[in-house]
Amino acid sequence: MAALNALRARIGWVGLVLAGLVVAIALLGPFMAPHAPEAFVGAPFQPPNAAMPLGGDVLGRDVLSRVLTGGYRTLGLAAVATLLGVAVGAILGMAAGFFRGAADETIMRLLDVALAFPQTIFALLFLSILGSEPWLTALVVAAIHAPQVARVARAGALRIAAEDFVRHAEAIGMSPLRILVTEILPNISVPLLVELGLRYTYSIALIAGLSFLGLGQQPPAPDWGLMINENRIGMASNPWPVLVPVTLIAVLTIGTNLFTDALSRSTAAAGEGQTTEVR
Amino acid sequence: MMSVGSRALEVRDLRVVRAGTDIDIVAEVSFALKAGEVLGLVGESGSGKTTAGLALLNHCRRGLAIAEGSEITLAGRPVRNLDPEGLRALRGPVICYVPQDPAAALNPALKIRTQLVECGKDGRRLSDVRLAELLGEVKLPETPAFLESYPHQISGGQQQRVAIAMAFANRPQVIVMDEPTTGLDVTTQAHVLAIVRQLCSRHGVAAVYISHDLAVVASLAHRVAVMYAGRIVEAGPVKDVLRHPRHPYTRALISAVPDLGSNAVMHGIPGQAPDPGARPKGCSFAPRCGWALPACEAQIPAHRAIGEEHHVRCIHPLGEDAPPLSYGARPAVQAQSKRLLEVDGLRARHGGSEILHGLSFGLEARNCLAIVGESGSGKTTLARCIAGLHADWSGNLRFQGAALAPASRKRPAEHRRQIQYIFQNPYASLNPRRTIGQSMAGTLSILEPVSRAESRTRIEAALRRVALPPATVDRYPHQLSGGQRQRAAIARALVVNPKLLICDEITSALDVSIQAVIIELIDNLKREHGLSLIFVTHNLALVSSIAENVAVLMAGRIVELGNTAQVLGDPASPEARKLLDDTPRLVRS
Repeated sequence: MAALNALRARIGWVGLVLAGLVVAIALLGPFMAPHAPEAFVGAPFQPPNAAMPLGGDVLGRDVLSRVLTGGYRTLGLAAVATLLGVAVGAILGMAAGFFRGAADETIMRLLDVALAFPQTIFALLFLSILGSEPWLTALVVAAIHAPQVARVARAGALRIAAEDFVRHAEAIGMSPLRILVTEILPNISVPLLVELGLRYTYSIALIAGLSFLGLGQQPPAPDWGLMINENRIGMASNPWPVLVPVTLIAVLTIGTNLFTDALSRSTAAAGEGQTTEVR
Repeated sequence: MMSVGSRALEVRDLRVVRAGTDIDIVAEVSFALKAGEVLGLVGESGSGKTTAGLALLNHCRRGLAIAEGSEITLAGRPVRNLDPEGLRALRGPVICYVPQDPAAALNPALKIRTQLVECGKDGRRLSDVRLAELLGEVKLPETPAFLESYPHQISGGQQQRVAIAMAFANRPQVIVMDEPTTGLDVTTQAHVLAIVRQLCSRHGVAAVYISHDLAVVASLAHRVAVMYAGRIVEAGPVKDVLRHPRHPYTRALISAVPDLGSNAVMHGIPGQAPDPGARPKGCSFAPRCGWALPACEAQIPAHRAIGEEHHVRCIHPLGEDAPPLSYGARPAVQAQSKRLLEVDGLRARHGGSEILHGLSFGLEARNCLAIVGESGSGKTTLARCIAGLHADWSGNLRFQGAALAPASRKRPAEHRRQIQYIFQNPYASLNPRRTIGQSMAGTLSILEPVSRAESRTRIEAALRRVALPPATVDRYPHQLSGGQRQRAAIARALVVNPKLLICDEITSALDVSIQAVIIELIDNLKREHGLSLIFVTHNLALVSSIAENVAVLMAGRIVELGNTAQVLGDPASPEARKLLDDTPRLVRS
């Protein structure tokens, strides 16, 4: 049992290191790029050489420089979108689960309607009509996440709101807002954190996907999603401008998932440990 | 009728360890059972009684293992070396297990009939004749409506009787029952116990009845084995062990049990049982024992024969001539003073139906009113109405002369401060993510905002009043034991200096020795600090040790209300008398 826990912890660490590595590349990359990302350095799809370790892209720009500078926008945008989506979803879900009745029905049925739209089509619809502004991308992605996070938060809040310590808080006259913040939120923070990690990887995939479809970052900005799209025609002569961004996104997604998985398992184990004491 | 005779079960040196380690969960357990004999295996939580009971089926929880050298002989057949096939042939026809929680033991997706008929020998279905016979034995209706229902549609008592019927279906020779009546109210418990008693004697089934409740064991078992920290510390015929306990732990346990038959003051056992792996080298009970000698800590005492079949694991067993258990007389009832709470014509509704039908009673200051009733009688709803946690009621509630609003949030802070509610389950009533200090400070900040320094002193004072160390302030609930958590919950109520404590079954989730400590504490608060109490319980025996007055609630009506001694001594209503008769007693008159 102990060995299994340690293994889980180790998988968690591996995940954290993998994700951290990609985030470090995205954040520190811009300061280490050998060339300006939009400068034409060599021939289109030039194979790697000493000056350009990963070769050239569709317009002969340095792939290494574009990889190093093309991450932080997507990752930053994904972070903003995720935080916003999880925050809004958590607030709506907790309110629904705690107040129950009419508030619950109103919030959850409206969110069900939002859930009924296919996510990517929903994003494409807005972005193609209103233009692909970064803030709009963040907003649309957040709106996609909020209903699903709300369901998780509501389930948690329903469970916690039935506990006696919440009864006690009501008996002494604690305000509903304070009950939500001090009694319920701390007790559902773990599922929400897991949700945060999971949603972050979805955001990255979604935003990179939007860029690939031409509705995210616009050329000539360096961007991992965009790079995959621009350069896939030259895969035969220089595969790196496609392979490297794909690998980075995959590693980040896998790393984050490993970490959040280990987190939820370890807290589930802790929860089991607690209930065994109860007679 | 089969006679008590041939040997059904023999256990020698049973030892259960944590797998791969040398840490004992259960050790040196030996006993033998004849057909038709009932052995009560008694102990507090963590004493290893359930582990020992399961081991009789050659089974243990994941992470545990039955050690080499343990011998279990069932109906003349050794079971330790059986292969899975052989074990399967044994379980069911020869030995059966009835778990504590029938709701968890029955498959919620299958009808009662399906679950009963599939218990036949060798996987065959039970015949209709046998099914009818079985249902008659456990006094369950034989109607199609009952047989076609799902487990959640029948009552807890019926669920437990179905589980018992399943166990008795193949007429096993040995049956292991793990606290089968713990979740039931006294009336249902009395029914179930009567059925078990009858089935065992009629079919000559040897039973191991695991329980923490000495009174239940006294009413059912022929012999009793008391377990402490994984070992049997005293064993013998029920009368000998319960009337003349020779081990200090048995004696302490008995004086911790509230008993209707005697007018004794309950005494808790200070301290806690040691965890496996942290057990002392010598006698495990020595650290809590009032009679402990230095020699007690040297080595684990061996069993000593006291009388025929009565033996005890103590180097200086309490003598036969030791004074009878110290039954101190209850302090006299206080002079009546002014009314604190007045309830007049209280009607409460739940969903669409009325569950309290016009209750009227009063509570004097510095007094305790016990509210007794079966589950479903409405006693918790009554407590919650007074606390403002159940708002759907009509009638008049007056506290110190002022009317109480239905919902707590409509009540002035003064009312919310003076009436404090203590919940049944201390595992759920404290926020697991906040320290005890934070929880108490939160309560204080809402009801009586004071400076940070004063808040700290008030919290420490409240913890002192419930005998918790000051360091408890920074502890999280999961770092405390059950008894400590309930004390922390009481301290959280005391920190705002309430006038009235509403205690809702506050000891039913706790061990008897800890129950006695909590009752002592509550009684002390009432006498020394002038608190008034509403004490909700299903345990009539508990009432005599704490309450001046008692109200017996039945299906939403008060069927009897009056002085405790009078209600318990000579109840006027048939309902109260029945409740009294169903309560198991330690000493049978």
